[in-house]
Amino acid sequence: MIDAMPKVKRKGKGVLAYLKENWDLYVMLVPAVAFIAIFAYWPMYGVLMAFQNFNPFQGIFGSPWVGLAHFERFFGTPTAMRIIMNTVILSVQTLIFTFPAPIILAIMLHYCISKRFSRIVQSATYFPFFIATVVLVGMMHLFFSPSVGIVNHALEALGGQRIVFMADAAWFRPLFVGSRVWQGTGFGAIIFIAALAGVDPTLYEAATIDGASKWNRIRHIDLPTIMPTIIIMLILSLGSIMSVGFEQVFLMQNPRNTEVSEIIATYVYRMGLMEGRFSFAAAVGLFNSVVNFVLLIIVNFIAKKVSSTSLW
Amino acid sequence: MEMVGMRVDKPKKPNDYNKRRFRLFGSDLSFDIINTFFLILIFAVVTYPLYYIIIASFSAPELVLNGQVTIFPRGFQLGSYERVFNNPDVLRGYWNTIQYTTVGTIVNMLVTIPAAYAMSRSDLKGRGIFMLFFAFTMFFGGGMIPTFLVVQRLGLLDTFWAMIFPGAMSVWNLIICRNFFQNNIPKELLECSQMDGCTNRRFFMQIVLPLSKAILAVMVLFYAVGHWNSFFNALIYLRDDARMPLQMVLRRLLVLAQPDPNLGAEMMEDWVRMLMEVEMLKYALVVVASVPILILYPIVQKHFAQGVMIGSIKG
Repeated sequence: MIDAMPKVKRKGKGVLAYLKENWDLYVMLVPAVAFIAIFAYWPMYGVLMAFQNFNPFQGIFGSPWVGLAHFERFFGTPTAMRIIMNTVILSVQTLIFTFPAPIILAIMLHYCISKRFSRIVQSATYFPFFIATVVLVGMMHLFFSPSVGIVNHALEALGGQRIVFMADAAWFRPLFVGSRVWQGTGFGAIIFIAALAGVDPTLYEAATIDGASKWNRIRHIDLPTIMPTIIIMLILSLGSIMSVGFEQVFLMQNPRNTEVSEIIATYVYRMGLMEGRFSFAAAVGLFNSVVNFVLLIIVNFIAKKVSSTSLW
Repeated sequence: MEMVGMRVDKPKKPNDYNKRRFRLFGSDLSFDIINTFFLILIFAVVTYPLYYIIIASFSAPELVLNGQVTIFPRGFQLGSYERVFNNPDVLRGYWNTIQYTTVGTIVNMLVTIPAAYAMSRSDLKGRGIFMLFFAFTMFFGGGMIPTFLVVQRLGLLDTFWAMIFPGAMSVWNLIICRNFFQNNIPKELLECSQMDGCTNRRFFMQIVLPLSKAILAVMVLFYAVGHWNSFFNALIYLRDDARMPLQMVLRRLLVLAQPDPNLGAEMMEDWVRMLMEVEMLKYALVVVASVPILILYPIVQKHFAQGVMIGSIKG
């Protein structure tokens, strides 16, 4: 003991001494760890029910195991392919439009000739982000109402036909994607605006002296500078490509558009909570989470190889 | 002169000067024109729907529903607002949401902030394991049904706390907050205090928190806006109408109450009037539901932007 003491002191203290001094840091972590354990890890354990015929009274321990039966049943239904495709198509379409939009807006604001106007546009485009999803969908119903909505009034005034937008399967995806762009672009731009603010001003000076136009500056200075941010954001979006927002799809869903608006998340809700088929719904949900997780790992791996930017 | 566009370097040869100025000016001028034009367009597309909702809520129902209100309010009235404020469901939902938001945000803060501080300490033993424990949940989860069963098992279904506990901590916010502490609390401060025998808890309470008002404001706003707008938890965990938050009431009034387009032909006059009232109520309702955020927007906006930027610094 006595021999070891000077050595220990130089390197740092022993575990017990460390805890005696810093136990309060761990106490600070207790509530957070407890909530995550209960509401995130307990359900991960509970997902075992996907391989059982789960009975709430018998719990995970007592319910009979059925292996992959629920997965087989799900993939055996004609619905499976349709809702998987609905999920993928909606996600991909959303990503194609919502991913580049904030980058373009950020660059446009960066090159705005008036700082003040730039700030006004930024504040305005940013606001819809704070509108609740319910209110957003409610607003869409008001604007696109077939009989009294302003969009149909305008259509008619321009000589077009009235369209029942919100109850038309063909309009579900355009309306969904459009409203997502409307709501999220300003918010999404913040991170790129911050990244653009970090561009080295001497690069601009050098480029201007060399006679580079603004287009050239965007291509050769701005885009390369914000590329790491773009890649990180792309990894995050690609990783969640199968988890397109439940709330808005659910709210926009009605009997006339379910053929395109039924996605995995809404199907899980209906099967599990409406019809009480817990195990089956959990299996479908688990399939979704696993696909997401694998996608994230693959995308992260590729990003690491290609650009040395990655999440971990 | 501070005008940026005017500062063109004077090259030595006159020919060169002309050529260069022409090229620079020509292409950048078209760039500026296109850019400004589209920025104005974007501004209009984003703000007009919001503006329209507001003017429509103050205008005469017949004019709004016939599409005659476009730029200015016409036939000023406050009847829609009167109806909103006389609707017991809306009032109860409002009151419930205020409670959920207040209590929920307090719980969020009590859970997140101390944990974030502990995680910000580079000398915390086991920090990597804790980080993995938290971050993993951002990428994988048990899903809706198992989570529902946990809430049910805990006896929280249809209680006040079902709206508070399941989302008590956001890992994303924890990381934003941890990054702030890491970057803004100087290490020397901790070392000095420790030399004076200051405990971690005291250092946290008396030095870290007062230095971190900016991030505390960001967190309060992140969480409060989240609670105000949330409807998922209520949809899944609540049954009792008396406990429903505003968003669930709005869902019923704004989204589910749609006039059937097939009934148009044989509409009776009473029915038309009722339809009008229902539709007009919606405009006022959207405004009333968004008022707290509209009022807070200037503060919220500043802090949200700050929060996103702090969060984007990889730590």
